[in-house]
Amino acid sequence: MIEVEQLRVRFGDNEVVKGVSLNVPAGGSFGIVGESGSGKSTVLRALSGLNGAWTGRIAIDGESVGPRRDKAFFRKVQMVFQDPYGSLHPRQTIDRILSEPLLVHGMDNIERRIETVLAEVALPNAVRFRYPHQLSGGQRQRVAIARALIAEPEVLLLDEPTSALDVSVQAEILNLLADLRERRNLTYILVSHNLAVVSHLCPTVGVMLGGQMVEVISAEDLRAGKTQHPHTSELRALSVDLEEPA
Amino acid sequence: MLVDIQNLRVSFATRTGTFEAVRGVSFQIGTEKLGIVGESGSGKSLTARALMRLLPQNARITADRLSFDGVDILKADERAMRGLRGKRAGFILQDPKYSLNPVMTIGRQVAESWRQHKGGSRKEALEAAVDLLDQVRIRDPRRVCDLYPHEVSGGMGQRVMIAMMLAPDPALLIADEPTSALDATVQAEILRLMEDLVSKRGMGLILISHDLPLVSHFCDRVAVMYSGRVMEELSAGTLAQAKHPYTKGLLNCLPSLTHPKPRLPVLSRDAAWLQS
Ligand SMILES: Nc1ncnc2c1ncn2[C@@H]1O[C@H](COP(=O)(O)OP(=O)(O)OP(=O)(O)O)[C@@H](O)[C@H]1O
Ligand SMILES: Nc1ncnc2c1ncn2[C@@H]1O[C@H](COP(=O)(O)OP(=O)(O)OP(=O)(O)O)[C@@H](O)[C@H]1O
Ligand SMILES: [Mg+2]
Ligand SMILES: [Mg+2]
Repeated sequence: MIEVEQLRVRFGDNEVVKGVSLNVPAGGSFGIVGESGSGKSTVLRALSGLNGAWTGRIAIDGESVGPRRDKAFFRKVQMVFQDPYGSLHPRQTIDRILSEPLLVHGMDNIERRIETVLAEVALPNAVRFRYPHQLSGGQRQRVAIARALIAEPEVLLLDEPTSALDVSVQAEILNLLADLRERRNLTYILVSHNLAVVSHLCPTVGVMLGGQMVEVISAEDLRAGKTQHPHTSELRALSVDLEEPA
Repeated sequence: MLVDIQNLRVSFATRTGTFEAVRGVSFQIGTEKLGIVGESGSGKSLTARALMRLLPQNARITADRLSFDGVDILKADERAMRGLRGKRAGFILQDPKYSLNPVMTIGRQVAESWRQHKGGSRKEALEAAVDLLDQVRIRDPRRVCDLYPHEVSGGMGQRVMIAMMLAPDPALLIADEPTSALDATVQAEILRLMEDLVSKRGMGLILISHDLPLVSHFCDRVAVMYSGRVMEELSAGTLAQAKHPYTKGLLNCLPSLTHPKPRLPVLSRDAAWLQS
């Protein structure tokens, strides 16, 4: 469903993604972890068409895509951004933010869809008439997830979707993502710095360091500590340490 | 006592009536590390913001006592508050990139904040900025100095905020989700840096975080918030043995790398938690 070959992205003369390749089958989920600043968000932004200055090959559903994307693409592919505050329009109510994708794609049953999606991300219906600044950090993040889900995309690109969420809401969102994969055959790429989260949802995990994907490992091997690259081993060790009681 | 909060309440007037976001929170902090955990919307950020009087305009705030460093926050004038914010107390906000100035380069922002506290020439300040960025483990700090906030990654933005807090010598550091976007290696480094500050400079720290294992390892005490109240307060190392069903429920929701669960348990909330 998602094919990426030798993706390179540069800003000026600074190359920040240096030949990344990955493959996610339909209904599959691929996790990306790795050092802060290693290019994870940049990969997702190139995939979602937000950054045109890349080289290599990107194909969605068997079709190669160029720098520019049409409306049909955005119906199929949605992204949840790392910074939920910046990505929500400050002067639009939550209701308006959620109805917009439905209007753009000419979808019906707006009222019912908004109610359903808010329940799915565990937000009360009352937030519909608030503005983003009137919500807590985690509530804003859930609005961003709801906006991505509402037009029923086939591919979701998730950038740290649960890092602003408390563990109870995180559990609900992770269960929802697992259900959607089962129910609707949703395909996704999940970027997170939390190894437990990534290996919970993704059978395959790519590890990035300095613009390269230095290791692709199964969640099973990651759990078992069968890591190849030192960066993967270090991330795993720190994560296991924290899981031990203090 | 560095911070003394008794019966803090924060409410908002909304279309449907008054919404009480913080409902009678009390705690004290000395030179120690207090963790605040609890679900989204439980009032953690508002509690911290109330202490710096950085609340939205439509917020109503009351307390039996709200003091920081001997200053009565409810009575202090705006000038006194400016003297506290950023000087006696450092605040790392939850939306780091949003709190940076979008039209000023990273290097200049860090340098300016350094100069405000330490003085010196522009050139010295810029050198200091490079050093501060290096201390928070930003790679290639000279390059990053020339970037604008929208040009840095999420975790880099968080670290820039932390670097700006390192210049003054605050008595209290309030960190709202300071490491939520950082990978484990950088997170470990930042926590070590904060640990250093607290023990060397004898500071107090309020660490707001969703990461229960992290708080349990790093802090001295933890306050668990739910629906605007503190449900229980316990010594951080004993978090795993918490008695309150809410705290136990939160711990149960965590995915684990070493002990995978097919489906995550979710929290069932009990109205009885809010009585008494
Ligand atoms: N618009 C831009 N202009 C210049 N440099 C940029 C821009 N956007 C990103 N970069 C640089 O690209 C590199 C990778 O950034 P990216 O946001 O992809 O990292 P990341 O892996 O998502 O990190 P994090 O885990 O901290 O979110 C960083 O060094 C960043 O400074
Ligand atoms: N300006 C506002 N107007 C109305 N309600 C508000 C406003 N700001 C915050 N709230 C509400 O106050 C409650 C507490 O918010 P707060 O930001 O303290 O939560 P939090 O515990 O920090 O959550 P998170 O973990 O998601 O950041 C939330 O229900 C939020 O919707
Ligand atoms: Mg990122
Ligand atoms: Mg908050």
